[in-house]
Amino acid sequence: MTQTIEEVVARVLAELRNEGLVPDVQQPSAGARVDDAGGLVIDLPDPTEEVHRRAIGVTDPADPDGLKNLCASTSARLGVGRAGPRPLTRSLLLFKADHGVTQDAIYGVVSEEIREKFGLFTVHTKAPERDVYLLRPDWGRLLDDEAKATIKENCIQGPDVQICVGDGLSAAAIDNNLTDIYPALEQGLKSAGLTLGTPFFIENARVGVMNDVNAIIHAKVIVLLIGERPGLGIADAMSAYMGFDPQPGKTDADRDLICMITTHGGTNPLEAGAYVVEFVKRMIKYSASGVRLREVAGDA
Amino acid sequence: MLLRTKLFGETYEFATIKEVLAKANEEKSGDQQAGIAANTAAERVAARLVLAEVPLSVLRENPVVPYDDDEVTRAIDDAVNETIYQEIKGWTVGEFREWILSNKTDSDQIRRVSNALTGEMVAGVAKLMSNLDLVVGGRKIHVVTHCNNTMGLPGTLASRNQPNHPTDSIDGIRAATYEGLSYGSGDSVIGINPSDDSVGNVSRILEMTKDIIDRWEIPTQNCVLSHVTTQMEAMKRGAPLGLMFQSLAGSEKAMQSFGISVGLLDEAYDMAKKYAWTTGPNYMYFETGQGSALSADAHNGADQLVLEARNYSLAKRWDPYQVNTVVGFIGPEYLYDSRQISRAALEDHFMGKLTGISMGCDVCYTNHAVADQNDLESLAVLFASAGGSFIMGVPMGDDAMLSYQSTSYHDAPSLRQALGLRPLPEFEAWMEDIGIWKNGQLTDLAGDASLFLQR
Repeated sequence: MTQTIEEVVARVLAELRNEGLVPDVQQPSAGARVDDAGGLVIDLPDPTEEVHRRAIGVTDPADPDGLKNLCASTSARLGVGRAGPRPLTRSLLLFKADHGVTQDAIYGVVSEEIREKFGLFTVHTKAPERDVYLLRPDWGRLLDDEAKATIKENCIQGPDVQICVGDGLSAAAIDNNLTDIYPALEQGLKSAGLTLGTPFFIENARVGVMNDVNAIIHAKVIVLLIGERPGLGIADAMSAYMGFDPQPGKTDADRDLICMITTHGGTNPLEAGAYVVEFVKRMIKYSASGVRLREVAGDA
Repeated sequence: MLLRTKLFGETYEFATIKEVLAKANEEKSGDQQAGIAANTAAERVAARLVLAEVPLSVLRENPVVPYDDDEVTRAIDDAVNETIYQEIKGWTVGEFREWILSNKTDSDQIRRVSNALTGEMVAGVAKLMSNLDLVVGGRKIHVVTHCNNTMGLPGTLASRNQPNHPTDSIDGIRAATYEGLSYGSGDSVIGINPSDDSVGNVSRILEMTKDIIDRWEIPTQNCVLSHVTTQMEAMKRGAPLGLMFQSLAGSEKAMQSFGISVGLLDEAYDMAKKYAWTTGPNYMYFETGQGSALSADAHNGADQLVLEARNYSLAKRWDPYQVNTVVGFIGPEYLYDSRQISRAALEDHFMGKLTGISMGCDVCYTNHAVADQNDLESLAVLFASAGGSFIMGVPMGDDAMLSYQSTSYHDAPSLRQALGLRPLPEFEAWMEDIGIWKNGQLTDLAGDASLFLQR
């Protein structure tokens, strides 16, 4: 069987057109074909790869090379083309895919497997469920009573560094990056001669929960690895928030941050682990973090 | 003051007008977060029953932030037309709703009464309205403004071309501007949110956009949405500014958190009149959004709808060319889902028009809100049906700088085609002239940014 599906579709469409049933249409999908046994084969490449993502959809542009240059000058979605006033099917579906993956990340749960791999037990904030968590950021900054008791019971008191992991707004951020960043971080801190606390996982966590944690642990430095709010197409970015002796009342001004930790166009998690170690060493050296660290360490 | 009603045999009593207003509000997560929302659906209706009987004078006399404590309250109250106020002060909020909706009441009559309204009165009547009330009421009020284009004529829908770039690359912004123009986006303004708020950067973007406008003889105005003080400095140094932008908030304390005051905006307005390159007489562009005062912990115990209405009353002081509510940007802790976002957009449009300002909407959402692009498109249809003046145009609805989703460059032409709406008249003539628009729809040439490489 040598006839391709394009030929089959073209023939059928020609017949339909002759009968006035369909208007002239563009080329049928290049993604489908018929195999040797005559069965339909749809075996698509990943449309989220850069080459497909940036494909130009404009029919007969006035200046094809010029249009390519325009599109290359920005990450905005240009040159996408249109069907009447609406987007082409492929750009519509790519958009839906990009949004879909953000929703899966926000409403996802960090896998048991990854928590077990690093021996993380789980505690909860005062936001018991995901919808409440989204409605009440203030509750995501507070540990519930059971969490406080569990942490007190299970954790080493007063280590140099306490590492916590929180889901934040992206479970995928933890699932995809923890395996790379955690060992780099642990190894780096130990090599620096720092003592580590007992790590754990906080569900429905906001950044401010590190204050509540250290009110119990009294570590010198808290490192919180937490999922960021997913952007369209990048749903697994993680942030590392660090604070010197965080206590209730401390704000972002008292913290340092490495953001956009992801293998999808951000800071590589292995490198990020090394950056965190450097930050922590400085914090301990100067007994400060955030704006104060920049003041006492004398740099901008 | 005694404020109470019975409902299904139960008595509901409210201590203050501020409490009645807050509890009469449609369900909003921000009011719940602030702890001022109705506790039950029945209590919400009870508050509305009471509100419907409140005379407008009582709303003026009980602003949600006292006159002596708040310059926003003073700016609004001092602007009330006392002659017209004498005519309407005895109307109840319920009567006011029916007067607005009456087929005997036309746009001119409402515009006249607008001059005697405060934000509390405007928000009060919006709270008694259903969504279709808001559409019917909003649609009948015409607010026409002029900068280089004429905004707000019935049957038109404008689009802000929003070609943002994550690091303000001039080439990147220019490319996205071309893409938007090729879809007919840009009649409201070519307006960029900068990531770098410096005078040099803002000036560069103004110069580049002015150059496009000149080269293609585009009837429109340019704007960079930086802090007002940055734009003032850029203008002083000669940057070509078409519209002056600022975000507003509904209390003095919230204004302070934005680094602005009534006096500063008076100054900005005077400077725009003196130095803007555009025709006028309207030179200002404001953005607002429910929940902004609460997020600055400056809500003074008032609900987010009444604070939003106060933004519009304040904005009127500077005769804005356009105001838009960035309705879904703030996040789910203020507007939880598409139902709350849609309601807020309709409220904001109606309240703006009732106040007498030109009103658009950034129909948008963030990824952690319970909403998606279908919800956004549905709201865009609702908003256009309500007579909304303009929406945003963003490449495929995905803002590369602000990380949220808004209306696509495709959406204004789609709404124009689906609902029989037109671009602003001067801009429509230009679109026809360069050949991208004919007989109310896009031509084959449209949607091709490289068209603008020809000059």
